[in-house]
Amino acid sequence: MHAIEIQGFSKNYAVGFWKKQLQPALRSLNLTVEAGETFGFLGPNGAGKTTTLKLLLGITFPTAGSAKILGKDFRDPEVKSRIGFLPEQPYFYDYLSAPELLDYYAQLSGVPAAGRAQRIQELLQRVGLGDVRNKHLRKFSKGMLQRVGIAQAIVHDPEVIFLDEPMSGLDPLGRHEVRELIQGLKDAGRTIFFSTHILSDAEALCDRVAVIHKGELRGVGVVNDLRSSSADKVEVIWQGAKALPALAGHVPESHVTGDTVRATISAEDLDLVLEKLRQERARLTSVTPLRGTLEEYFLAKTSGTGEERA
Amino acid sequence: MTSRLAAITLNTFREAIRDRVLYNLILFVLLLVASAPLFGAISIDIERLVLVNLSLTSISLFGVIIAIFIGTGLVSKEIEKKTLYTILSRPVRRWEFILGKYFGLLLTLVVNTGLMTLGFYAALLITTHKLTPADARLLVAVYFIILQFLIVTAITLLFSSFSTPIFSAVFSFALFVIGTFAEDLRSFAAMTPGPAGWLATVAGYAVPNFASLNVISQVAHDQPVSGSLIAFNTLYALLYSAAVTAGAVLIFERRNLK
Amino acid sequence: MNRSATTVAAVLMVTLFVGSIFALRKVESLRGKEASLEEILYLPSGKVLKRLSLGYSGLLANIYWTRAVQYFGSKRKERATRYDLLAPLLDITTDLDPKLIVAYETGSIFLSQKVPEGAGQPEKAVALVEKGIRENPDNWRLYFTLGFIHYLDRKDFKSAQQAFQKGSEVPGAHPWMKVMAARMAEQGNTTAVALELWNAIYQANKDQMLRETALKHIVSLRATLEMEELSRRIEAYRQKTGVLPSAWGDLVRAGLLRSVPRDPTGSPYRLMTNGVVGVEDPGKFPFLAENTQLK
Repeated sequence: MHAIEIQGFSKNYAVGFWKKQLQPALRSLNLTVEAGETFGFLGPNGAGKTTTLKLLLGITFPTAGSAKILGKDFRDPEVKSRIGFLPEQPYFYDYLSAPELLDYYAQLSGVPAAGRAQRIQELLQRVGLGDVRNKHLRKFSKGMLQRVGIAQAIVHDPEVIFLDEPMSGLDPLGRHEVRELIQGLKDAGRTIFFSTHILSDAEALCDRVAVIHKGELRGVGVVNDLRSSSADKVEVIWQGAKALPALAGHVPESHVTGDTVRATISAEDLDLVLEKLRQERARLTSVTPLRGTLEEYFLAKTSGTGEERA
Repeated sequence: MTSRLAAITLNTFREAIRDRVLYNLILFVLLLVASAPLFGAISIDIERLVLVNLSLTSISLFGVIIAIFIGTGLVSKEIEKKTLYTILSRPVRRWEFILGKYFGLLLTLVVNTGLMTLGFYAALLITTHKLTPADARLLVAVYFIILQFLIVTAITLLFSSFSTPIFSAVFSFALFVIGTFAEDLRSFAAMTPGPAGWLATVAGYAVPNFASLNVISQVAHDQPVSGSLIAFNTLYALLYSAAVTAGAVLIFERRNLK
Repeated sequence: MNRSATTVAAVLMVTLFVGSIFALRKVESLRGKEASLEEILYLPSGKVLKRLSLGYSGLLANIYWTRAVQYFGSKRKERATRYDLLAPLLDITTDLDPKLIVAYETGSIFLSQKVPEGAGQPEKAVALVEKGIRENPDNWRLYFTLGFIHYLDRKDFKSAQQAFQKGSEVPGAHPWMKVMAARMAEQGNTTAVALELWNAIYQANKDQMLRETALKHIVSLRATLEMEELSRRIEAYRQKTGVLPSAWGDLVRAGLLRSVPRDPTGSPYRLMTNGVVGVEDPGKFPFLAENTQLK
């Protein structure tokens, strides 16, 4: 059984004053996520990531298509008690404390009263908010709110967890902490479906990724495969464009700006290229190993028609 | 279902009473009630009358303002802050959400009215030095005010289910004013022949009717309010507010949220 | 979207709304009984209301005018003998909007007419129109209304003549006002003048109740004039033949009438054995008896 199975999801938004024009936000999306998988949903801003999540969660209604979550129709109320959701940059009820908020959400998800308080206390400890007590949420920092957000998404111990841009708007420390939390959920065997435009997060956490651009699915891949299939490359930058002809055959890709050359070469050719540059009296500016295999994949999938990039 | 409904109701109530603007309004009403004996001192021999009219009118008007003020933001605020997403991704039906919001706001208003009524009776006791059975009859007016809130709350929620808070507030207040003159609207209709008259008749019954729910001056003069009027006013308020709430559910069930 | 919830909500909305209309109608009928008492007790002063209306006194005046008309209409329908609230309601209306001419014009005639056609309060009607003239001295039609009330309801021909005279001096007044002033002076109270006045009222007003009243007067007055003429013909017949006619046919044969005379409602006039003329259905001519007192 797939944890998530999307069949032909399409969504058109009506735009314009009279709402007559239809603008497609998502075009016939097909996607499956296996149970226990951590699945990254990648795409630049406005690609249709949040739309997909809103459709799956019943916040908006698909123009066409259907989906199954945990083997049941995605609109089945029973499914909803087994999934959790963290919206992008969440804000919550200003005048509630974190325990009150979690208690409210636990009630809505049907968590029995017995042991609820204890579970909430444990959860707050786990997300690093063990000492907030009765502080109202409007006094929380962005990072604290994000942690409350994760806590509310898992307060009912769901099997599938949807996270929309869980690291956006956080400082490096906050990002690290959230990454740890997601890793913890992954280790506990939960299915995690998260959207992001930050590739390093996806690379660090995901088993598989899908790339979506302009409402269309551009590709799905296993992160480890992408990593091994791609040969190591090095970026070399130097001053002295006249050295370029001497390197013919070793520089598959280069950009020249004035006298500055930026070239991507195979790691095996590095010694040879550097030697030639010395001979041509070019001044070397930098040598950087390129590790972004996922980035390459992403750029390949979103290039051509994509003008906006993450 | 009941537990989810109760949770949304109580959360709405809790949010509302923790919002400080609400305290300001209540404070204002309490001040007004407290200053009523002064008004009474100016108008010789009718202290009680002035106190009753002024207090009950304040309770009614401020309740309506609170209802519109909070009610119009109830749904739109949850959309704006995306808290609605975290609710609708749970096993909560959309109609449960609307009903929970409705009962939550109503509970807020009933509790407020209760507090203000207590303040009012305290002022009455101070002014007249003793409470008589006639004073108990004033509770009919308070009960009718609560019936008004039943309708106002449903209307603000209806607008809130598809419009922005500002527009909702304007529409709701306009409808409250029109509703106060609904009887006159029907009189206009009776005087106007042809399609315009028909239209006015339809409007006269479609808008909420608040005039018959206002018996403040009547009870202030110790005029009795018949039991059957109480019964049918109750029936009207229940049916009308339920119809409007059903309309809000109808809109909200179909709404694609941004 | 959840189809069953949508359907249930739609059905509930319609059913409950229809139910609320029935409840409201019941509330209205219950309040009808209680409201009359309530209204007498809590009639506010127009001047206070004007302050309280925060500048929206025009709208409030329109509402009070509607209330006055509704009050008058419902009282007349139940054939009430007292119209206690009419004068105060009109007073409030004109306090709120002193330029609301219709309230003076139509309202004063409601007030001055005899019960059950009106409130039977010609003095209050005169006061109301005089207030209107104070506020709107340029409106010659108010002078007409004043003269009308003085003439027909108060039988005060001198005041009536003064009213028409003053009205005729207002710039833009209808020349006919001068004619009326002269008639008042010359003839006093006659059926023909009354008919002319009521015709003017009928043509100048749009209010349904007022027009109905005017029409009743007009048919009564016309019948009076016709019956006077018929009486003269009967007298001519008697002088010619020495006996009273036994039927209208006698007069037709004698060349005194072209056919059987019919009253303004279309029924033939009745000819009594003593030579007196009557109408078939006196209920249709409520002011006939009153008119016979006229010269």
